[in-house]
Amino acid sequence: MSPETPIPGGNPDLREVVLAARNVAKSYGQVHALKGVNFDIHRGQVTTLFGENGAGKSTLMKILSGVIQPSAGEIILDGEPVTFHNSTEARDRGISIIHQELSLAPNLSVRDNIFMGREIIGPGGVNFAEEERQTRALMEELEEDIDPLTPVEELRLGQQQIVEIARALSVDSRILIMDEPTSALSASEVEVLFKVIRDLTSRGVSIVYISHHLEEALTITDHAVVLRDGNMTAYAPRRDIDLEWIVRNMVGDNYDLGSPPDSDKGEAALSIRNLTVPDPAGGFNLVEGLSLDVRAGEIVCIYGLMGAGRTELLETCAGRLHASGGEIVLEGREVSHLSIAERIARGLALVPEDRQRDGLVQTMSVGENLSLASISSFTRGLFTRKRAERDLIEDSIREVTVKTSGPDAAIGSLSGGNQQKVVIGKILATKPHVIMLDEPSRGIDIGAKAEVFRLLAEEARRGLAVLYSTSEVSECLSIAHRIIVMHKGRISAEFDSTVTKEKIMAASGESVAA
Amino acid sequence: MSDTTVTRPVKKSDFSIGRLLLEGRAFFALIAIIIVFSVLSPNYLTVGNLLIMSSHVAIYGILAIGMLLVILNGGIDLSVGSILALAGVSAGAMMQGIELQALGVILYPPVWAVVVLTCTLGALVGAVNGVLISVFKVPAFVATLGVMYVARGIALLMTNGLTYNNLSGRPELGNTGFDWLGFNRIAGVPISVIVLAVLAVLTGLMLSRSAFGRWLYASGGNERAAELSGVPTRRVKITVYTLSGILSAIAGLVLSSQLTSAGPTAGITYELTAIAAVVIGGAALTGGRGTIRGTMLGAFVIGFLSDGLVIIGVSSYWQTVFTGAVIVLAVLMNSLQYGRSGRKS
Repeated sequence: MSPETPIPGGNPDLREVVLAARNVAKSYGQVHALKGVNFDIHRGQVTTLFGENGAGKSTLMKILSGVIQPSAGEIILDGEPVTFHNSTEARDRGISIIHQELSLAPNLSVRDNIFMGREIIGPGGVNFAEEERQTRALMEELEEDIDPLTPVEELRLGQQQIVEIARALSVDSRILIMDEPTSALSASEVEVLFKVIRDLTSRGVSIVYISHHLEEALTITDHAVVLRDGNMTAYAPRRDIDLEWIVRNMVGDNYDLGSPPDSDKGEAALSIRNLTVPDPAGGFNLVEGLSLDVRAGEIVCIYGLMGAGRTELLETCAGRLHASGGEIVLEGREVSHLSIAERIARGLALVPEDRQRDGLVQTMSVGENLSLASISSFTRGLFTRKRAERDLIEDSIREVTVKTSGPDAAIGSLSGGNQQKVVIGKILATKPHVIMLDEPSRGIDIGAKAEVFRLLAEEARRGLAVLYSTSEVSECLSIAHRIIVMHKGRISAEFDSTVTKEKIMAASGESVAA
Repeated sequence: MSDTTVTRPVKKSDFSIGRLLLEGRAFFALIAIIIVFSVLSPNYLTVGNLLIMSSHVAIYGILAIGMLLVILNGGIDLSVGSILALAGVSAGAMMQGIELQALGVILYPPVWAVVVLTCTLGALVGAVNGVLISVFKVPAFVATLGVMYVARGIALLMTNGLTYNNLSGRPELGNTGFDWLGFNRIAGVPISVIVLAVLAVLTGLMLSRSAFGRWLYASGGNERAAELSGVPTRRVKITVYTLSGILSAIAGLVLSSQLTSAGPTAGITYELTAIAAVVIGGAALTGGRGTIRGTMLGAFVIGFLSDGLVIIGVSSYWQTVFTGAVIVLAVLMNSLQYGRSGRKS
């Protein structure tokens, strides 16, 4: 920490600081999620909280918004210490939070979600017309063409996020906390959101922003706070900092997402021929006559916006979705008719996008999750071999460097990055020839991201064919030998690793921000 | 800031009285029940009485094993009581002789054939549940509720609402021995208790040591993740309901053998007792968590409690109240236990 950086402490400056945390700590038994953090939120400005997973960002935000109570320290609102017993109390004082995990009722309409729990009551019961009018106004303000009566489950993830933001706006919040609001948004949706944020701050609303997308956060923030391991490690206004400063304070040393490994590329391990995947709900095909080869030892990156068909392409190759036409050829053999299990046995496996929903079994331990996809390899006759399983698990933990107290630890005790490594380790334990990873860096911090990429590069050097998808351009330009850009179910461009970010983004149909 | 990030998950081995009491709650509840009733009645804690009570527990216990498998998968099986009755009635019908009018003969299958056929019937009904749920995506609650009514209805139709009495068979027909299951003892232990113990041990081995057990826990914990990891989730589901059907049929055989009669109204509300035993044993109704040890303790808690209340002469209405209270308490503790885990720092 440089001496000129002002570290908040003592009495907050009332004209400037609307909400402040003083020596706030939170412990869960032996786990200290926060160890005495000081933190100021400035009136009408954006304060961004940076930090790796498990650094305590979400915990701090939950304390500020009353979702959980601190074990020690105090919260100062407008110069007075306050205690929130729940999030409703905080909301009544003008503090709203948009959680990382969306908290919408999927079966209800946009209107009902926005007014959930505080319906406008008229003489004849709920005044739906007024609610609808206000919802329409909010959507206009957010420049989103969403009908207030659409059920939320019919919206894309990005649109659901917009609904969540609209809900927070509808309560006239003075302080709006956004926990990873852009993780599911497309570039154009992010621009809309940033415009909304600028509007809000000019009206005097204070924003607290959390994002793993550092460059994006830097374009919007006025102040930066960096947390590491439950402590605040740095604090500075925007003009004094740059990307490197943040990363240095977050991880403690320089980071590098790596470069393409110089592996020997063999025969085509996975060949996709004219693959077409229909939309189960009807309408356009999600993947349209797509052909792609991945050779052994090669790393191919698929870049595209949300809805470009990346997930559907990978899930069809893995066997979860069914193609309406085309071939999937693994090492010379057609696998389209095989089950997921048979494809895994032949060496084709997927690390899914949503690790909580598709990757992990939360009721099982770290070890059981790691060995889940390769049970047959340690089963002899009717029974599993404890010893063989233990060896496999220990090898996996070492190979993918999972930080855990042991194979018996609960999977929920790991940080997001380590959970992701468990999912990858589980797939690597099946000894695949082709590994597909759908957004492997989603919701994990830079340190873990670099480790995941280093791991993939190493596996490619040993002859593994790697196919991963991403929505962050900087990740295309790391370990991939080849970059495929997808747009509306088709390949719109193909580049080698010397391409520029702008070219990739242009090919994806994304408008390049000036 | 020289220290690097260290993960500090809560260690499982941390010793605390509260945790011990919470995790061993079914065991401690059983001990408490035995102590209380031993004090209240001198007849309670005798080998004879314990064995009689255990043979009562056997019925619920066998049903609860099947229910555990289903609940581990994240489902529920409301049809076990009806399958029990249908199995009993079918066994009764076979013992009375199957009349083939076209041939003008009456068949009296030997007891082993009756047992095999009855178990097959149970398996078939269970498989219907499994197919409805896994292939046709009917919610488990609704599918098994429907099968519960259908199976009960068929049992009533088969007997016209009457009960088959005298299932002992006749020596000249070569079909004696049906009451062996319910009345005989090996080394003083009732056969039904031995059946329960063998089934429990086999299930325990399957759950903890076989690949199928791991598949079951995984698909109950997160079916989508299990499927993507190559677990044949559909096959697991059908198998689980089929096993539950077979176990219900076995319970039906044991019950009608104990009574030497088979009625179509047997086993009404037994499905609820079986669910209660599983829940008291610490399994989570959301799937993926639970052990055979816990479920057996749960079955014994319910059985020993209600028999104890009978022995000290408490009204059967109070028994219902007590059983309910135990269930509520168990669910409360389950939510305490699982509510605390799975939290992230």
